[in-house]
Amino acid sequence: MQRAVAAAEQLAILALARADGLPAFAADGALSSWEVFGQQLVTGLSNGMIIALIAIGYTMVYGIVELINFAHGDLCMLGAFFALTAVGALGMSEWGGAGGAVGLVSLLVATAFFCGALNWSINRLAYRPLRKASKLSLLVSAIGASFILVNLGLFWGGMPMDVFAGGNSSAAPKAFPALVEPEPAAHLGDVIVSRPDVLVLLVTVPLMGALTWLVRFTKLGKAMRAVAQNPTAAALMGIDVERVIGATFFIGGSLGGFATVVYSIYNQTVSFQMGYRMGMDAFIAAVLGGIGNLPGAVLGGLLIGVVRAMSDQYIETRWTNAVVFGILILILVFRPSGLLGAKLREKV
Amino acid sequence: MSAAAPRRIRLTPWAGLAALAAVPFIDALLPGGLRLEDPMSEVFIYAILALGLNVLTGFTGLLNLGVAAFAAIGAYAFAIATCEIYPFQLGFWPALGVTVAAGAIAGFALGAPTLRVRGDYLAIVTLGFGEIVKDVLVNLDTITKGTQGINPLPPPSFLGTPLEARGQYWLLLAFVTVTFVGVRALERSRVGRAWISIREDELASRAMGIRPDHAKMLAFATCAALAALAGALMVSRLSSSGEPGNYDFQVSILALCIIIVGGIGSVRGTLVGAIVMVGMNSIVLVKLSELVGSPDAPGAALDEAQGLAKVGVFLRTWAQNVLVNPTNWKFLLFGLALVLMMVFRPQGILPPRPLHEAPPEGGEEGA
Repeated sequence: MQRAVAAAEQLAILALARADGLPAFAADGALSSWEVFGQQLVTGLSNGMIIALIAIGYTMVYGIVELINFAHGDLCMLGAFFALTAVGALGMSEWGGAGGAVGLVSLLVATAFFCGALNWSINRLAYRPLRKASKLSLLVSAIGASFILVNLGLFWGGMPMDVFAGGNSSAAPKAFPALVEPEPAAHLGDVIVSRPDVLVLLVTVPLMGALTWLVRFTKLGKAMRAVAQNPTAAALMGIDVERVIGATFFIGGSLGGFATVVYSIYNQTVSFQMGYRMGMDAFIAAVLGGIGNLPGAVLGGLLIGVVRAMSDQYIETRWTNAVVFGILILILVFRPSGLLGAKLREKV
Repeated sequence: MSAAAPRRIRLTPWAGLAALAAVPFIDALLPGGLRLEDPMSEVFIYAILALGLNVLTGFTGLLNLGVAAFAAIGAYAFAIATCEIYPFQLGFWPALGVTVAAGAIAGFALGAPTLRVRGDYLAIVTLGFGEIVKDVLVNLDTITKGTQGINPLPPPSFLGTPLEARGQYWLLLAFVTVTFVGVRALERSRVGRAWISIREDELASRAMGIRPDHAKMLAFATCAALAALAGALMVSRLSSSGEPGNYDFQVSILALCIIIVGGIGSVRGTLVGAIVMVGMNSIVLVKLSELVGSPDAPGAALDEAQGLAKVGVFLRTWAQNVLVNPTNWKFLLFGLALVLMMVFRPQGILPPRPLHEAPPEGGEEGA
């Protein structure tokens, strides 16, 4: 019992560290440096799995239309607002036990559908008319879409609901209720695996498995691979290229929807500006792994999550973003194909 | 060879310049709320920034999403060169020289390692560069004073006399004019034509004897130097470097919006874009929010209302919370500008004129 209390205290310190970015264990002599490392590793891997799920959305879209879908992170931000609205409207933070579990699953699925549908619509309105235009026009259009979504998030935050603090200051970050209490679920030595950590694992791993199955073994997956390889040839083989692209946007968006709910529960705060950071981390993960490559996105996500956690711990939180962007630049300059990606020649 | 056609003197540019130069006099006749001097100064500064970006992104076709970082480097170089808390304490003009040099060096520093990065990857590298510069400026607070910013800074001066508001306006106008003419001249110069040919086809231009690496480095340096100049002019006018957060992604995107709305690669278009976009951002939205004023604080009526009335109160409170404030629509406006321009008019309002016009109908080629 005492052990559990101590563990809960440590977790509270951890949560605090996550919230305001202080080195968690600087003042706590009780933990050895290996335990600190282990705890940061758990945090990093959990955040990394979430980043990986978002990164898959980037990498799928890039694989098929060669577009850096700049709006993807902001799509996830809107997903978080959607989830928060649902939680507030249904009073879900009060649900316990089995009802809470069913509610959580429904929330995940509903948010995934919302994000998928939104991503599909963005493709339809902002990207599809530009299929024949240059890559840069497409990228600029994506940046525009991203700004529109950010603004919608700002509007959404002004909704007069209790979960949005009455909507009085729409730009302020909002607290996301802890639908899964941050209590210890397991101990690996003195390293605590919390219940949100387990939630991350339970959501991300099956989804990645399902996606692998979809891409490898279904007809749609085969069509997606064909379009990614050569859209013209795929069209000549009777594949409805636009439908496949639409499906890719839907699937990528819905993975982002799952990820954003888990992210919000894990980090307990959402804001209309969070999409930029989430999107950047995920994009960097996708590039690190080799953009267009699904296992690469997962590897990259885990690496970025761990690098962030370690940089928070051993360098300084305020330098973490610079570290992550520095990694991005180094990869793009020295190994643009990423860790697992194939080398591409631009023009022969 | 037919005789050269008599040189036509185009009136529009001169009329435009005269109108802009007259703004302070017109302002004197207008009530305070309608004065254009301040917002137009901002338009000029953004125009210089966008003219720089146009060299890199418009002429050379290298998408830069971190132009604000160059402006930040210029702003801080100027601040450190002039502020009384540092040992240098240069005057306005020498500091501007330092700034432009610092900008060009930063441009080389970013350009050299990224020559091999192509297309949208380059865009992301520049974006990352922008983020890193901002973070470094915040975190190196022993030098940059972190989020406090560096102040006071000397105002723009001319022949040793500090200028008051009206003089600053004319000085900025002069800077825009010189930059405009300079970039126009660059466009038609040997290096400008090299930039454009690289944008059109790098491989072909290499085959024609152009060295793309040199030309791209020059484009980076020119872009960075002009952006740094814009940053220095901005902080000199405000007398403070402001916080590093002022030079974030939004500024880069505003500059990008300017050249895209104006017509990417078009020098005249950049000026039009600056007036449209910055005018929208700093004049129309700001004046509109002054008109609207701060909305009444929504009462507790939401809890009391019943049935359908509750929906009405809910929507009204929501609108009062965010929608009525025009500045809350800023991102939506930027975003729509980018998407709609890309979808419906990718060439912009004033697309660039082709460098070599087709010979006139019935022209005696080689006669």
